[in-house]
Amino acid sequence: MSYMNQEKPLKQSIIDGAEIYQDFCLQCHLDNGKGGANVFPPLAQSDYLANNLEESIRAVKHGLRGPILVNGISYDGIMTNQGLDDEEVADVMNYILNSWGNQYEQQITEAQVSEIEKK
Amino acid sequence: MNKFFLLNIFFALFIITSCAQDNGPKIQNELDPKYIYETVIHGIDIPWGMTFISKNEMLVTEKSGILYHVAEGQKTEVSGLPDIYVRGQGGLLDVIASPDFKTSNTIFFTASSADGEPKGGHTALYSAQLEGKSLINLKQLYKGEENSKKGQHWGSRISFDAEGKLYFSIGDRGNRTVNPQDLTRDGGKIYRINQDGSIPTDNPFYDQEGSKKAIYSYGHRNPQGMLTHPETGAIWVHEHGPRGGDEINIIGRGNNYGWPEITYGINYSGTPITSNKELPGMEQPLYYWLPSIAPSGMTFSTSDNYPYWKGNLLVGSLVFEYLERLVFKDNKVVERHKILEGVGRVRNVKQGPDGLIYIGVEGKGILKIIPQPPIK
Repeated sequence: MSYMNQEKPLKQSIIDGAEIYQDFCLQCHLDNGKGGANVFPPLAQSDYLANNLEESIRAVKHGLRGPILVNGISYDGIMTNQGLDDEEVADVMNYILNSWGNQYEQQITEAQVSEIEKK
Repeated sequence: MNKFFLLNIFFALFIITSCAQDNGPKIQNELDPKYIYETVIHGIDIPWGMTFISKNEMLVTEKSGILYHVAEGQKTEVSGLPDIYVRGQGGLLDVIASPDFKTSNTIFFTASSADGEPKGGHTALYSAQLEGKSLINLKQLYKGEENSKKGQHWGSRISFDAEGKLYFSIGDRGNRTVNPQDLTRDGGKIYRINQDGSIPTDNPFYDQEGSKKAIYSYGHRNPQGMLTHPETGAIWVHEHGPRGGDEINIIGRGNNYGWPEITYGINYSGTPITSNKELPGMEQPLYYWLPSIAPSGMTFSTSDNYPYWKGNLLVGSLVFEYLERLVFKDNKVVERHKILEGVGRVRNVKQGPDGLIYIGVEGKGILKIIPQPPIK
């Protein structure tokens, strides 16, 4: 596998991730990452995201079923698998982790995403 | 600096003036009688489409790419589906039994397909025969061309007119600036074809060079509701608007419904799409929702099971998680009511052969609505 050395720079990954976000995430989580009242959990300043990074990547890659607790509110919905490939999952995670006041020092890589399996 | 300031003011004013008010009539709570629901089948995450194949058997699509046969509270997977390109809003979508299902065992369904070029997918329509719990004689009757990796706006719903012509929708595939107004391209259209996949020669653009011959109407965004009016026989369609501006339209031959040249909605980000709400040569909706309810599925309630609902239109709301009941008078919406508020994202609604209303609810499955106390 050669992608290990071809990992794109974080800046580019965030740019590509923004486009994926517009296409696949924004309708529910909104362009400010705040989600929708009691139905779609926030991604902006989300304690769930900060404390459950692997689960969050798994959610984007394989889908997620509630209930989950986010910033003190319980969300009991379903996010289905969006059909993104590993590179797209990494890009959109990097965008989310570096938007709306979120900050994450490391880059989520395609290799890292490829190792996350369905539970 | 000054110029920039003025531009900002202009922009702010533009947003303020283009922020339309909620469109009436105001939605009310359903007060009396009460309605409860019973679970018909559970454990279907996104029950996208459903069709009755007998009095007590139905087929249900699960968006992730499973077709279920449902009877007596049991669901069984039906084999023989084509490869389905599950991406974003795409997957296995609507299913409908042929009007002559009793003798032909034929069903029609729409699904996202990666067949063809380039990489990505587009909406396809298939027919097949149900033999036991398998599909046989699978045929792809139509496939939108020029695949896209976009996740949005595949449509898709199916209905028949009295002659047996089949109508189905494809959304704009996330390319609104190009697809909906271009008759040489698929997407943002209602299509009309024969049940064998051939294209009726009296279609509006059949003889127009370069046009997709199966197109019946255009200028649509993402239609996820379609029915044939029980009295007039007209094809009714609703579609998701952007932020605001979901529409109900009665489909006329060759009509342009205006997307994205005219709309009552704005971008998700709050910026305007256009200041035009009407233009010559483009149809006005029969009704538009503002704010958006994110409509999916619709049916008329025509039975005596719910006397208060007779002749009313029922529409699923994904975003507000209720079933909406619309009362029409002279083709105008005069009342709107919420049914089963909080039930979950209502993906689909159908009237069963027993006259009861069946809804597909995300995360639950198929439910049926029972008046409480039951009206005899």
